[in-house]
Amino acid sequence: MNTIEHEVDVLVVGGGTAGPMAAVKAKERNPQLKVMLLEKANVKRSGAISMGMDGLNNAVVPGHATPEQYVKEITTANDGVVNQATVYAYAKNSYRTIEELDRWGVKFEKDETGDYAMRKVHHIGTYVLPMPEGHHMKKVLYRQLKQKRVEVTNRVIATRVLLDENGAAAGVMGFDCRSGDFVVIRAKAVILCCGAAGRLGLPTSGYLFGTYENPTNAGDGYAMAYHAGAELANLECYQINPLIKDYNGPSCAYVTGPFGGYTANNKGERFIECDYWSGQMMMEFYNELQSGNGPVFLKMNHLAEETIATIEHILHTNERPSRGRFHEGRGTDYREKMVEMHISEIGFCSGHSASGVWINERGETSVKGLYSAGDMAAVPHNYMLGAFTYGWFCGENAADYIAETYPDSAKPVIDQAQIDAEFARVGAPLLRTDGLPPSQVEYKLRRLVNDYLQPPKVTRKMEIGLDRIAQVRADMEQMCASNPHELMRCMEVYHIADCAEMAARASLFRKESRWGLYHYRVDYPQRNDAEWFVHCHLRKSAEGEMEHIKRPIEPYVVELDDHEKTAYDRLRVVRQPVAA
Amino acid sequence: MPLAANMTSVPVVIDEEKCIAHKGCTVCVDVCPLDVLAIDMLKGKAFMKYDECWYCMPCETDCPTDAVTVSIPYLLR
Repeated sequence: MNTIEHEVDVLVVGGGTAGPMAAVKAKERNPQLKVMLLEKANVKRSGAISMGMDGLNNAVVPGHATPEQYVKEITTANDGVVNQATVYAYAKNSYRTIEELDRWGVKFEKDETGDYAMRKVHHIGTYVLPMPEGHHMKKVLYRQLKQKRVEVTNRVIATRVLLDENGAAAGVMGFDCRSGDFVVIRAKAVILCCGAAGRLGLPTSGYLFGTYENPTNAGDGYAMAYHAGAELANLECYQINPLIKDYNGPSCAYVTGPFGGYTANNKGERFIECDYWSGQMMMEFYNELQSGNGPVFLKMNHLAEETIATIEHILHTNERPSRGRFHEGRGTDYREKMVEMHISEIGFCSGHSASGVWINERGETSVKGLYSAGDMAAVPHNYMLGAFTYGWFCGENAADYIAETYPDSAKPVIDQAQIDAEFARVGAPLLRTDGLPPSQVEYKLRRLVNDYLQPPKVTRKMEIGLDRIAQVRADMEQMCASNPHELMRCMEVYHIADCAEMAARASLFRKESRWGLYHYRVDYPQRNDAEWFVHCHLRKSAEGEMEHIKRPIEPYVVELDDHEKTAYDRLRVVRQPVAA
Repeated sequence: MPLAANMTSVPVVIDEEKCIAHKGCTVCVDVCPLDVLAIDMLKGKAFMKYDECWYCMPCETDCPTDAVTVSIPYLLR
């Protein structure tokens, strides 16, 4: 392995959604800065929105919603455990982000007067803005990167954050998955935008890459932030989604709901009042599957032909366009059959749930000079628009941080020993000529995640899971790579193992049930506000072990009344007895 | 390390008549998020080297000669 060195001012890791925005905004803040966008795939088609997006799921548009209403909705959907300041900062800037994307050329649905055509999907407010032509999203972002002269480096896998002598972020280390070169990038600020931990559980199909999230998002960001010493939050609040069975993509009730589609049981009956994804909704979904009323379906076969044709156009050209091909293979025509749904494997993702690297309303993690945005940063239910908005915060704030911290030509001081250690760790699988292939180790690890870590969470199972994960960790030291591509899979297995252990430990720490199915602990089935109405954080201790911290709930900026607080507890459809 | 030869059904299929990799085209290889496609240097054609597909379709959509077809992996189909 050769070593390639770069030196930049701002280093953004991850070129999906938040990353390009962060890079562009850092450059706009100070065009003199050298800004690099590092991507493990290719920024033209990377991340969760490689094929675009069919709508904004959390647009706070004046005239339809206020930032305060949005904060209330997200607080309730998260059983009160939110850092409201982060949600509020998003909500207040949501519209500014939409207008910027509109200026850049992203097409949103508008009504005949030119206003945004908002739709209601959430339990209380109206926050969904369709993007039927949203398949061009990555092209729009790429044009901005080129215009603003952001330096793009593709096919480099970041494995660890570099730290300076004071423990501040000072770059990353990684390798090129084509050439196998070891890569060291020194920087004055690092912004992690590495997406969800989407390769944690094993899909029921058994296909390792048949995940809900783009499987390039293997939890790299979570593991890197952890090893850099950053605090992570709400990891016990898993991401679990209601998806098209086997295909494992969204079905997608946010698109079909406003057209009259809905989630139904095997009798074709509605059983939840609201299809917006939350832990409470997933609990009702799970209960229905277990009750004998399952399977659960997405029902559209009662809709008019023109409506179905419109839905097909949106769903089969956007986000996961191979949906159409999947349905065709199964002989599922929306006009005739309902679409069978199921519960996904577990993952971490704050874009949909709340599990992520802790950040404040400026996008700062608990490590100096380290920022984070997008699915991996713990701002609950932040979705794509939240990724853009926090990418924007991170880019500007990182540029300001550099101006304050490194006047003139000052640079971070880095100890060479950490670079040598990472060189040895990353290079090891390439040096072994016999051992275990990463695909088998990954399969076993993720199968154990399903067997022991997914809800209902049972204490004894979690403990066994931790033991078994520790055994797989020992096996990982025998992983063998015959080329740089396989090395990429090996290093991803390390990230997955870190995430699996964090998921188990965080789940064991919170001794109550909360967030519906996301944290349903059989041994502690009740919510316990007296002891557990707190933020639970996890970080690496001085001894290198995972340690937990209980923090009081950050002060609310928007108060909720009692009725609002319990709105998401009333998701199940209550059937009125019919008079004889 | 030992190699066992297993047959596998790959989700991404290349129409070699249409593929222009021999003229230097690498679009499908460039855009794949999982980096599973490669060019066979002897044949001058693209092929699926690793069965690690998210059936996401940039390879098919961005191919300038419509040579790429993505099908749903057999285990999911």
